[in-house]
Amino acid sequence: MNDKNVRLMQGNEACVEGAIAAGMRFFAGYPITPSTEIAEGSSEKLPQVGGKFVQMEDEIGSIAAVIGASLTGLKSMTATSGPGMSLKLENIGYAAIAEIPCVIVNVQRGGPSTGLPTSPAQGDIMQARWGTHGDHPTIALYPSSVSEIYQITIEAFNMAEKYRMPVILLMDEVIGHMRERIELPERSALQIIDRKKPSVGPEQYLPYQADADGGVPEMASFGDGYRFHVTGLVHDETGFPSNSSEVTARLINRLMKKIENNLDDILRYEEENTGDADTLLLAYGCTARSAKSAMDAAREEGMKVGLFRPITIWPFPEQKVRELAQRVKRIIVPEMNLGQYILEVQRVAGGSCTVEGVNRADGEIITPEDILDKIKGVF
Amino acid sequence: MASSLIEKYMRMDKLPHIWCPGCGHGIVMRAVVKAIDELELNREKICIVSGIGCSSRAPGYMNFNTLHTTHGRALAFATGIKHANPELEVIVLTGDGDCTAIGGNHLIHAARRNMGITTVVFNNNIYGMTGGQYSPTTPTGDKGTTAPYGNIDKVFDICSLAQAAGATYTGRATVYHAQLLIRLIKDGIKNKGFSLIDAISVCPTYYGRKNKKGDSVRIMEWLKDNAVNVAAASKLPPEKLAGKFLIGELYNNPQPEYTEEYKKIVESFQRG
Amino acid sequence: MAVKQKGLVIKPDWCKGCGICVAFCPKDVLKMENNKVTIANGDACNGCGLCELRCPDFAIYLEEDEKDE
Repeated sequence: MNDKNVRLMQGNEACVEGAIAAGMRFFAGYPITPSTEIAEGSSEKLPQVGGKFVQMEDEIGSIAAVIGASLTGLKSMTATSGPGMSLKLENIGYAAIAEIPCVIVNVQRGGPSTGLPTSPAQGDIMQARWGTHGDHPTIALYPSSVSEIYQITIEAFNMAEKYRMPVILLMDEVIGHMRERIELPERSALQIIDRKKPSVGPEQYLPYQADADGGVPEMASFGDGYRFHVTGLVHDETGFPSNSSEVTARLINRLMKKIENNLDDILRYEEENTGDADTLLLAYGCTARSAKSAMDAAREEGMKVGLFRPITIWPFPEQKVRELAQRVKRIIVPEMNLGQYILEVQRVAGGSCTVEGVNRADGEIITPEDILDKIKGVF
Repeated sequence: MASSLIEKYMRMDKLPHIWCPGCGHGIVMRAVVKAIDELELNREKICIVSGIGCSSRAPGYMNFNTLHTTHGRALAFATGIKHANPELEVIVLTGDGDCTAIGGNHLIHAARRNMGITTVVFNNNIYGMTGGQYSPTTPTGDKGTTAPYGNIDKVFDICSLAQAAGATYTGRATVYHAQLLIRLIKDGIKNKGFSLIDAISVCPTYYGRKNKKGDSVRIMEWLKDNAVNVAAASKLPPEKLAGKFLIGELYNNPQPEYTEEYKKIVESFQRG
Repeated sequence: MAVKQKGLVIKPDWCKGCGICVAFCPKDVLKMENNKVTIANGDACNGCGLCELRCPDFAIYLEEDEKDE
């Protein structure tokens, strides 16, 4: 490892570095704590690589500009926090139905509403899945360290491009503002995925024709000579609106199947000490760091504790969690909200083990001691 | 067969359009393609963007790169397109509600940036698609389905609004004055920065009927009788202008365009 | 089918019968019949094109070839 590739870096800064490495060439954003460093970093770095930055008038305009830029062929991103995420939701649904690749970063802070602007939270877990209206596919990724933010930002772009959809990169104030050592990989070592361009000429091109696997259509760019139509209305393979229930079902099912048929490719998780565990900690983001410390402390005291850390938060790693639930006596789900992800764990565990939460939504992190107390049954 | 203009620029399999009998929007849409035709623009580089509402169905009929976005957000999507690829000629087709109510913030900031986008507002003084609710351009005192006792809101002058916000070209014409409308759209496209053309359309179905203004012929006669060309207006005494509205080129003051200014920043790194 | 007369072409299937072209024709060439525009007095047409300019439905236009003659 070349020394110059070793840096002390903030999480939000690593997100920008990862995005540029992934090929991001457009960023539109609006200042909001605790994500603002991502906009600042993008405004500095993008013109240096021939990319474009614009500070929009509001959060809605930011996601709209990102979708517009992506339609011209540029890899595009915006970053925000809870209040801004709430405002962006309609256009995230637009990107889902119109199948426009883009990355939306949500550095979570305390909510609801303006809430606790400078304090961490993990209260937007269900919003990431169900925020925009209507049935739609979701990919949400949630790293838990600075170096992982770099890597997962690249993966967020790769998945957005590969599956032609918005990908939500969840972070929290802790990992966004935390500084850690990071070893930046050589660019040549990175796997970068670009969207599939049309394999046919303009006369044959159908912008929403599923590929041979029934999934992702090839994507032309505005200005390439394809002259296609894009709408947020339900549309057929030609891209033009349709009221047909048959067309609607075909479209919505195909959008969902892009995810369902590719879970092996999309799901990322890490497990540690799950082999002999009778107590499983299931945690993500900054809370997973506390959970790991709690696990290590419990192991030192002879307790059989394991950790499962989903990095792909949505789609939910259902099969894996079900397997684990059948092996352990209990699952503890610490999260900085009053119980969101635990609902999925309970659903999937289906009573095969006990599922308990460690929760707080007061702007303070969940400490290893909080989790250790739960493991030991001390309340 | 249709006229060579329509055959050349419209998606023939999508016509006839969904607009009501006598709706002025078809006149405005034709004016846009006529302007494009007369300017001999490369259609592969033209991108038409709309929001939501009656106006915003237009791009679906027009054979260019077309984007039908969310309500009020056309200018924000267009900002991303133009900034990402300044080679594209970006034309936004929007309505009075889409552009100045839900999209008002995007309008003033798109104007302020002076990015090279031409906006044509299909201004029919009403929300047509949802059935006739009053909009920011429904005249005070007139009725809408949500103003059953008469609208007490004041009216936006969209051209003045855009000019105050920084637009470098504004003009207004009506569907009666279609020849002027074509010329203004052409000049708006030729302006490198942000241009806005307030295209006064007619909605006989909701605005006309609700306000007993008659059919589109009668509303167009009213437009003819009450529009005063800005050139003529300067020679008229104030009392002759009472109750009238101005048409023509209202503002034309070229200023540095956003994407060209940004390009200078990018180039400063390429030189280094 | 398009109906042709002296360069003026009507596309009746697209005509929605609004009457704008009839009302504003300076030579009274047009009239409404069964809620569609028809040519009443084709000889009077001076080819000004105002009907085409103001037809919201692209249902009436001047055929270019004949106009050029």
